[in-house]
Amino acid sequence: MTSPKQALAHPASSADAAPGTPPGAARDAHGRGTQPGADSWRSRLYRWDMKASPYAFVSPFFVLFGAFTLVPLLYTAWYSLHHVQLSALDDQTWAGLDNYRNLWSSEFFWNALENTFTIGVISTVPQLLAAIGLAHLLNYRLRGSTVWRVVMLTPYATSVAAATLVFTLLYSWDGGMVNWILHFLGVGPVNWRESDWGSQFAVSSIVIWRWTGYNALIYLAAMQAIPADLYESAAIDGASRWQQFRHVTIPQLRPTILFTVVVSTIGATQLFGEPLLFGGVSGSKGGSEHQYQTLGLYMYDQGWIIGNLGKASAIAWSMFLILLVIAAVNLLLTRRLRKSP
Amino acid sequence: MTTTEPTLPRKAGRRRVLGAGKQLHAGPVTYVVLTVFALVSLGPLVWTAIAASRTAGRLAQTPPPLWFGGNLFKNLQAAWDQAGLSTAMFNSVIVAGTITVSTVLFSTLAGFAFAKLRFRFSGLLLLLTIGTMMIPPQLAVVPLYLWMSDLGWSNQLQTVILPSLVTAFGTFFMRQYLVQALPTELIEAARVDGASSIRIVWHVVFPAARPAMAVLGLLTFVFAWNDFLWPIIALNQQNPTVQVALNSLGTGYVPDQAVIMAGALLGTLPLLIAFVLFGKQIVGGIMQGAIKG
Repeated sequence: MTSPKQALAHPASSADAAPGTPPGAARDAHGRGTQPGADSWRSRLYRWDMKASPYAFVSPFFVLFGAFTLVPLLYTAWYSLHHVQLSALDDQTWAGLDNYRNLWSSEFFWNALENTFTIGVISTVPQLLAAIGLAHLLNYRLRGSTVWRVVMLTPYATSVAAATLVFTLLYSWDGGMVNWILHFLGVGPVNWRESDWGSQFAVSSIVIWRWTGYNALIYLAAMQAIPADLYESAAIDGASRWQQFRHVTIPQLRPTILFTVVVSTIGATQLFGEPLLFGGVSGSKGGSEHQYQTLGLYMYDQGWIIGNLGKASAIAWSMFLILLVIAAVNLLLTRRLRKSP
Repeated sequence: MTTTEPTLPRKAGRRRVLGAGKQLHAGPVTYVVLTVFALVSLGPLVWTAIAASRTAGRLAQTPPPLWFGGNLFKNLQAAWDQAGLSTAMFNSVIVAGTITVSTVLFSTLAGFAFAKLRFRFSGLLLLLTIGTMMIPPQLAVVPLYLWMSDLGWSNQLQTVILPSLVTAFGTFFMRQYLVQALPTELIEAARVDGASSIRIVWHVVFPAARPAMAVLGLLTFVFAWNDFLWPIIALNQQNPTVQVALNSLGTGYVPDQAVIMAGALLGTLPLLIAFVLFGKQIVGGIMQGAIKG
């Protein structure tokens, strides 16, 4: 900050110079003739500093981000049009749309797309609903409110790998905690690894467990920003608590809900670690019948287990195109919602 | 509002007015429901510790153990050795530490420029930054893998570190914070005093940004420590991060479930400790990022 030393170093500069005036120029006006050469050098340096430093400050971000995210993005498109094998990385030949044709005629691609969609829906919808409810509770005046919030966020600190290993054991056929509890409730054991919906539910539950608290905090932040007089006038109009929640809280949360839907959708499209580890030894296949092979898993399987990096690139770009379509639909919906009263 | 509460007549209409928004006190039902949520949140973690203190044979039996056994230290030792966790922990600390320092530093610089400096294309560049937050990491892994192989960097830590040195989220987060937290007059005053931009960053921006830098650092560390997709492609079992080591432990052909649980516990422990120490800041950071984002 402005230390006394600095102020001493430029006694004339701060006195009557307008904010933003170069110190060199100010000195020119008052102390003309003392050191003209040094002053103009200083003012030139100052102007250069003003002009160049913003770019210097943003450039590390753009250089690193460009080099390791944007440029690879384009190269992935390039590789998706080539035959590239893991076993012969330098042997790249033009393939045209072969990889895409190959992909779209593969039943496993459509299976993975369907699984990604299903698991995405059954993990995102309950997660966000529970998060809104949880946020509503955390929004009350609570004893030890910070402790509650930290506890709800703890699963977020657990890695995909650790969480999935634990849930895999909880869901095991013999001696698994979940089936044992179900037995008490009078429900027969479920084969969480092999059955179609069972395994998809199991994978989704890991996602729900890890992210509900995180989303609840986002909703809580938005709830606390809602002006209290909105509730007061609603209450004066005779709205019950539930009606206040429905007609004040939810509409006010709409932008935040859309934000979390978009973020969760992106996350669901990329789902990878949970199904990989849930599958154990043959994880990249997504179960014996590919029951929970997601697009992310399919890409890893085709690229690094089977070794077809060209096809893996085509999968990556297909995922991106799907995301862009989802984003466009979201945008349209948002516009629609904003226009309607 | 709370001070007037006792004097108000207990009429239904009035009570609803008091029931408005955040002033409302939580009732017993709220605490019960929150406790259930808390048990669901913490239960699997506590049970991990229980399972890690048993034997594989006991874990295969019904009913599953609900209290601790005597095998904890034996299993921790086995997990540590089998998964090569000493190397993995060291690697994860290096990877997550470097990524955190770099992300916080460069995000603060770029965030400051976007928040307070005027330059051509700043609006466009900021829009680009926000837009790129949507790009999934899968889109970059094939070229990155090929380049790193060309450089002879397969299985080396810089392979994992380099692509994560900056994030669009971090830049945007710091920008949003500094727009409000850093008074423009302070920068102008420093300029009048003849301070160069670097001096201003060091003596004005960094002190003002410190709380947000701490939060971004914690969030980045959690993210980098837990990152899975790229490390698992880029690194092998000889030189793993903790997540890669846990993956190899979980996909072993002769799994000892108790040892796997001990590994999961060890891999999560550093972050759990961070949560106990800095949970409040992490919670605050997420809420702050949400409200302004």
